[in-house]
Amino acid sequence: MAWRLPELDRRIVFALVGLSVTIPILWKFHFPEFPSPMVRGVFERVDSLPAGSKLLLTLDYDPGSEPELNPMTDAVTRHAATKGIRIYYITMWATGPPMIERVIRQVLQKEFPDLAYGRDFVTLGYKPGNEAAIAIVASDLRKLFTTDGRGTNINAGEMTGSLRNLRSFDMVFSVSAGFPGTKEWIQYGTDTAGVPIAAGMTAVQAPLNYPYYPTQLLGILGGIKAAAEYELLLVKKYPRFADPAFPQEATAKMGPQTWAHLTIIGLIVLGNLTTLLAGRRGRR
Amino acid sequence: MRQRRPALAALFLLFAVSPAFAEEQPAPPVAPAPVAAPVPPPALPLSVRAFDTPNDGGGSVTIEWSLSPDDAAGRRGVTGYELLRGPSANGPWQSIGVASPGRTRYRDPAATDGHPLWYRVVVLGEAGRRAESVPAGPAVSAPQWFNADRFVVAVVTALLFGAILFYIARGRRGHAPYVRRIAGLDALEEAIGRATEMGRPILYIPGTQEMNDAQTVASMTILAHVARKAATYDTALLVPCKYSLVMATARETVREACLAAGRPDAYREENIYYVSEDQFGYVAGAAGTIVRERPATCIYVGTFFAESLVLAETGHAIGAIQIAGTAQPAQLPFFVAACDYTLIGEELFAASAYLSGEPRLLGSLKGQDAGKLLAMAFIVLGTLAATAASVSGSPALAVLAAGLRDIFLVR
Amino acid sequence: MKRTVPLVITFTVGALLIVAYFIPHWPFARLRDDFNTFFDVIAAFAYIVGGGNLIRMHGRRAARQEAGWGYSLVCLAGFLAMLAFGLTKVFWREGAPGWDLQGDLNDSTLLFKRGYDNIFRPCSATFYALLAFFIASASYRAFRARNVEATLLLVTALVILLGRTFVGTLMTGWLPPSLEFLSIPQLSNWIMSVPNQAGNRAIMIGVALGIVSLSLKVILGIDRSHLGEKD
Repeated sequence: MAWRLPELDRRIVFALVGLSVTIPILWKFHFPEFPSPMVRGVFERVDSLPAGSKLLLTLDYDPGSEPELNPMTDAVTRHAATKGIRIYYITMWATGPPMIERVIRQVLQKEFPDLAYGRDFVTLGYKPGNEAAIAIVASDLRKLFTTDGRGTNINAGEMTGSLRNLRSFDMVFSVSAGFPGTKEWIQYGTDTAGVPIAAGMTAVQAPLNYPYYPTQLLGILGGIKAAAEYELLLVKKYPRFADPAFPQEATAKMGPQTWAHLTIIGLIVLGNLTTLLAGRRGRR
Repeated sequence: MRQRRPALAALFLLFAVSPAFAEEQPAPPVAPAPVAAPVPPPALPLSVRAFDTPNDGGGSVTIEWSLSPDDAAGRRGVTGYELLRGPSANGPWQSIGVASPGRTRYRDPAATDGHPLWYRVVVLGEAGRRAESVPAGPAVSAPQWFNADRFVVAVVTALLFGAILFYIARGRRGHAPYVRRIAGLDALEEAIGRATEMGRPILYIPGTQEMNDAQTVASMTILAHVARKAATYDTALLVPCKYSLVMATARETVREACLAAGRPDAYREENIYYVSEDQFGYVAGAAGTIVRERPATCIYVGTFFAESLVLAETGHAIGAIQIAGTAQPAQLPFFVAACDYTLIGEELFAASAYLSGEPRLLGSLKGQDAGKLLAMAFIVLGTLAATAASVSGSPALAVLAAGLRDIFLVR
Repeated sequence: MKRTVPLVITFTVGALLIVAYFIPHWPFARLRDDFNTFFDVIAAFAYIVGGGNLIRMHGRRAARQEAGWGYSLVCLAGFLAMLAFGLTKVFWREGAPGWDLQGDLNDSTLLFKRGYDNIFRPCSATFYALLAFFIASASYRAFRARNVEATLLLVTALVILLGRTFVGTLMTGWLPPSLEFLSIPQLSNWIMSVPNQAGNRAIMIGVALGIVSLSLKVILGIDRSHLGEKD
């Protein structure tokens, strides 16, 4: 009857959400992205680094956050690699080293075969100690790292021989999913060393780091949406990345995310309509 | 022809010999090679001092120095500061570390208590140039008995403790304070009764953290109350646990509660069990228990993360009455949306006092409120000072605002 | 005695650790780390209790074929298999099995690693993915404009959700630069970073005070409900 809407069975709700995620994945729906000022600011800052600059990319997350954080890690890595920026990977999580090896294997070695380990990118690996380790990196990195992440003596490496502390880097980019993460890098690292830092993190965490923006943090990429915006800016500036050989993972995931959001919004509106009509019916 | 030969020979001789008789001309003067002006070593800091690191357990000396004038912004004459340590003002000197340009402090963690040490700061310039300061010292490291950096924390802690104990004492004398109704705790009785009437069990989840978490401890105090009621009404109580230590504590708590209720026979050890330490393994087990055992009442009290909504929605699906309580701000919205009652933040810690109804325990809640008043006063004061400083640009107000902020800066 | 000993231990350790926070002198500075280590050691031994409980409970259910005994069988099989694979480091290489007690658990040929990567991780990811469905059903049920507060919650949720999609940008993209702060993405960011943060911080202050109060009562033995006593 037109003036009454039944309450939806939860299974129908689940089915609708399932379809809203599955169909965009299968049909590869892409939606336009509009880069926010914050993402644009981060992109332009990375883009302003000249070739040969040293970028410290910290990957502090575990496999559970991979789907959300890998796309932004890949996008920033591609950006730095194409600009000739030297990338130094590091992690303060025990689950971090596989994340580093993955991006080296799947992005740098596969998409940039001209780049060489030790000359264009290097991994410093993992060190325990959380914020204490970050503080040591900020003041005297060599106290903690005697070799790089693959066992080469730090003095012997072309990229690592000149490293002293955090001030040896031109910029830090922290990709994190929790503790220790961006907050600790700011509090114990970049703030004292005076090195600019930008960050990428899960969408849930982003609001917790807004207080640091813009005085202590250049910008925040929060979740898949920000990663998709960054990919868009990368493709606009360097059109070769539009080639399917460079997977735009975040952009691909925005399709299901957008549809799921719109489905939930639709369900909320439907639910309120149901309540409204039921209330009117009751009053009659 | 005969006359030409002598002429030619003479000419030849003239040209051949003339150079021999020519006066040797001096080589044109060569301009002297420019001598590079000697590059002076970097300028020394104006002051260097070494002293026992304050507020520590000993074994450490701090060296402070002012920046070298060559280390100013825009002048790149300094590449670092090397620290030297010696047992006397005459050395011998041992290098203990290098500080980067811009730093004015270094901590030597290898000092021996009671032994005087001297330090020198070596300003490092480009191309290996160095300038050594005069020795600073003697510095004698020693441990301190009080960390002065935490003085404000000590004061606030003392005030809080004092307020809580004062109101507990007042409660003992019979002055029970007014405590607003906490719907979630009032509903516990109703929820337990519902399970009893329906003949179905109560499910209690004490959070997903270990026993050293404050929320888990608070959860145990509520579990004791629930267990006592359940034992009185002979209602089954299921407690799936994520950690073995939590399981052991929960068993002890429930056993003692059954004894206190005069129903030791109501205790069922097998109803309090270990599931898995993995987050989603535990959730799968707990959700499976909810679906199979179909409890009439689900109580989730403690620390939760992503599993909160999975549990709450599963409980809602079977039609259970749900009471949740957590101090995780990120999970509260999920519990509020999916559960019938939610204890928000400090209500969780007030539960044991509220449920007991004892005036002296209720007094402790008033002590908490005193602490909240203190926090609110400082928040208002600090906000007004910071806003006034920002709007007026007054240096005095800026100093006040910074001072208020620094009072609560814990190192 | 049974009540007194735990109370004395609680008081002694609690008071000592509070005092130790303010005293850097030995041995107080180390107390916190040492007690954390003691806790870790005790928790490690408790694994044996938990594992034993798991085997006993599910074993009994499977043996007696009680309700749900099939699930108990699966649980036991998985537990024992992974325990055996992890301890012996059984591998499958070039079509032949073997074991290497010195092997690295990250070796992809180990059955332990294969079980972890191909069974455990997908199951964890599946449960995490369930949240999307549960959020939808909870939102459909909870975000109803029944009163003023609920309406405010509803409007806020809609702004945040729209702000995370391109629709939000399109809806308010026509706003002039002077009113750009009213655009849905900007509003969404403002809601998360200002009122949401304020609420979070207020809850955290209340929680901290609650922890102080409860801890003091437990340390002093004023609150003994965790021991099962009705005070």
